Amino acid sequence: MECRSGPPLTVERKADYMTKAPQAAPIFGGPLGFLVSAWNRYKWSYFFIAPSMFFFFIFLLYPVFRAFLLAFQEWALKGSKWVGLRNFQDIFFGLSSKLFWETMEHTILYAVVVVVVWIVAALVVAGLLQPLDNRVQSLFRGAFYLPYVTSIVIISLVWIWIFNPDYGFFNWLLGLAHVGPLRWLVDPKIALWSVILSTILLVPGSGVVLYSAAIGSIPRELYEAAEVEGASAVRKWLHITIPLLQPTTLYLTVIYTIAAFQVFDRVFIMTGGGPINATTTIVQLIYATAFSDFNFGKASAEALVLFVIIAAFSTVQFKLLSTEVEY
Amino acid sequence: MLAALSRRRTARQRLTSGLALKAFIYGLLTLGAIVSLFPLYWMFNTAFTPGSEVIKLPPELIPKNPSLENFSLVVKAAPNIWRWGANTLFIALVTMGLHVLFDAMSGYAFAKRRFPGSRILFWLVIAALMIPGQVTLVPLYIMISDMRQVLTEITAGWPQHAMVMEAASNYGAVILPGLADVIGIFLMKQFIQTLPSELEEAARIDGASELGIFTRIILPLSAPALAVNAIFAFQRYWNAFLWPLVVLQKQEYYTLQVGLSFVYRSEFGTNYGLLMAGAAMAAIPMIIFFFAFQRYFMAGIRIGALKG
Repeated sequence: MECRSGPPLTVERKADYMTKAPQAAPIFGGPLGFLVSAWNRYKWSYFFIAPSMFFFFIFLLYPVFRAFLLAFQEWALKGSKWVGLRNFQDIFFGLSSKLFWETMEHTILYAVVVVVVWIVAALVVAGLLQPLDNRVQSLFRGAFYLPYVTSIVIISLVWIWIFNPDYGFFNWLLGLAHVGPLRWLVDPKIALWSVILSTILLVPGSGVVLYSAAIGSIPRELYEAAEVEGASAVRKWLHITIPLLQPTTLYLTVIYTIAAFQVFDRVFIMTGGGPINATTTIVQLIYATAFSDFNFGKASAEALVLFVIIAAFSTVQFKLLSTEVEY
Repeated sequence: MLAALSRRRTARQRLTSGLALKAFIYGLLTLGAIVSLFPLYWMFNTAFTPGSEVIKLPPELIPKNPSLENFSLVVKAAPNIWRWGANTLFIALVTMGLHVLFDAMSGYAFAKRRFPGSRILFWLVIAALMIPGQVTLVPLYIMISDMRQVLTEITAGWPQHAMVMEAASNYGAVILPGLADVIGIFLMKQFIQTLPSELEEAARIDGASELGIFTRIILPLSAPALAVNAIFAFQRYWNAFLWPLVVLQKQEYYTLQVGLSFVYRSEFGTNYGLLMAGAAMAAIPMIIFFFAFQRYFMAGIRIGALKG
């Protein structure tokens, strides 16, 4: 496409629908003619977006709108009642507010530990992969990514078995060192940490892939210059790789944090939020409020709280993504 | 001469330290791979261990008497498991197929065509990317319940079609909201934007129809993005859990993920051999899928990230 022979085209030819001003068809005058010609010009554009916009409006935008209404209502089959801010009051200060704040604590603890460990692990692993040849690299990346394509429901069932107090693999391991046995998911004091452990005991495949791609785009000359000055591999990693990977790090931090705040499947399967609410996370709470208490208004209000938290992170993401690093 | 000697020694030292470093790197990476893959390995290990030997200490790291006993048990305990697999495949394939087509269409329109409302619509798409799925959970549930209510009333008039209506009500409840995801639109728009416009223009001058331009030029050129969108959609709907859990009412219509959580909560929940066999059956298709399309998975992560 790039190598065009002949004189360079000075004027880009644009299709009619891009350049021509709408003109009334001669048969019709006035606004009707304008509408007809506009329709003729744009009908294909609307045809192309129609199917996805149809579902987008009905099953996403409208429900979001409904969620905002529901959050200020008390929902009932026979008709909902406006209750103002009572749902939010209930969440933050009501009888069950203690559970909400505990839930926030669990979710934040989960998110902080998981995100920090994943970022560090991905950075280290991508750095270790860097000097290896491509075939070996992609073999390892495949191994790290495989657990991600498997559903969390399945992985969580396996973890329940690994955490089994009597016959589980972990207590057998601890037994070899004469420690334990621990009641991993049953003991309220450590249940949340067990869930966290099951999340962090893997190399975060997506992060490794992204970091590897970013490392690939760092100019070789920088490393060569460092080698001339006798820098060790670790120093090169610390002083060249990590600083230049900053945009990827920020991006990963944000998407991992958003994902961590939405953790549900593994909590639902492994503990159901128990024992005695020791592992309730915010989405688990929304689920319970909606489908155990059938308090749809309050559940929507809780979802909006989650939305605000996530929107804050997304805003930061878009801000940060627009800053570029120069090599 | 002395200088040459010392230089040779440092060269050899560097070689051995290089080898040691390589060994160290391989060791660490292998350890990481073992830890990451351990749950999958343990699942298969337990699944192939005969029932009586599952609960045994010390556990066997490789089943001494491998057997398919657990698999026949899980098929007996959850006879619907094949049906669940078929449901999951059906839902994932239909949603994926429609997504690939619809996302490409609107991605093309947003990338290459200008029309009144295109800016505001695309802005809405971007804004929707920030909204966590849980926000629409309850309103969608109410909407779907209302739709089902209407469907039930219609069915009351035609009892002979009750089965069809029931299937439509369950599959539709999972598939329709799935079609509202916007991440694919964004992906396709970003990709199609990078295609040169000259081909389109040339075809238009040659008198190609708008539909022809889309099917003969845009679609073939977008093949890599279509593939990435397809496999990520398939993975998303194959593994979906919360929404199917909420809306699927009858066992016959469960997906594998919902069905497995159901088995876990049943009286078989403590039979780990059986449970792991079920989990393995549900995991195998996705593992095969991954190895078949590994290249696209890796490319997809990168595309997804570069474009935010």
